[in-house]
Amino acid sequence: MEIPYTVDAHPETGLHNSKIGIWLFLASEVMLFGGLFSAYILLRTGSLPGVWPLGSDILSVPIGTFNTLVLIISSVTMVMSWASLKMNDFSKYKLYMGTTILLGSLFLVIKIFYEYIPKFSHHHFPSTDTFYAIYFTLTGLHGLHVLGGILVNLYFWGPGSKLWKTEPERFSNRIEVAGLYWHFVDLVWIFLFPTLYLL
Amino acid sequence: MERAEDVKKHIKVYLWVFAGLVIGTIVTVAVSNLQAGVALGIFIAMVIATFKGSLVAGFFMHLRTEKKLIYFVLGITALLLLVLMFITFFTIGDQVGVQIVPESAGHSVH
Repeated sequence: MEIPYTVDAHPETGLHNSKIGIWLFLASEVMLFGGLFSAYILLRTGSLPGVWPLGSDILSVPIGTFNTLVLIISSVTMVMSWASLKMNDFSKYKLYMGTTILLGSLFLVIKIFYEYIPKFSHHHFPSTDTFYAIYFTLTGLHGLHVLGGILVNLYFWGPGSKLWKTEPERFSNRIEVAGLYWHFVDLVWIFLFPTLYLL
Repeated sequence: MERAEDVKKHIKVYLWVFAGLVIGTIVTVAVSNLQAGVALGIFIAMVIATFKGSLVAGFFMHLRTEKKLIYFVLGITALLLLVLMFITFFTIGDQVGVQIVPESAGHSVH
């Protein structure tokens, strides 16, 4: 059975169904990260004066800033990959989507090899104290979201891109939806970075 | 459905948004070095983060020109998020300004 309204807009909503689906999913993601942010605020305001460490004293601000820029650039290349499809330029789509995948991977490599591993080697684990517990939980969950986005984008860059030949409009809708997810992951980091690294 | 001509016009806007996001990031880091105090520092950092988040949501996620149903879904989400935040704060509302010392005083609480 064919899934309805994957290309044309549903007459009731004016949207194709995948777009409604991804926004509902992102709404649930807002609640997930919102709950953790809420926990962070509660823990920080509930700690004794002078106990909560300043993020910039124990985390690397230059690395965090660089990773922020990496994610911002990846959001631009993601939206450009969708725009390329809309302009009927498949080779540019491949270039921009490939760049997005590489930038997402670079973000994770920096996170793991320049942040997590040095922290572990200095015996700083989630069990060390409340700051590290919330730091590893928030950044770890965000990192898993980046990994999920990379895998989806990798599929659309490789085998999934065959759909372009048979149903180009449906394929561009899929890239738009994948892009919405990727931009959301970027948006979460925009709030995570100052909260954890600078305040 | 977006037409190719419309998308071409968007590309210039995307590059301006990119510039805005980079400048926002640099300003956030610069302001954090000013030693403006914790409360003011948090306020400024969150204002800039909200500005950057609005750029991403409004332009990259096309929320500026989205259908009413999406706004409705996001409105409900924002409301529930506020409720979630307030429920958390109600649990400590009567403890604001009160220093809680654990029974095992002398042990670090963090």
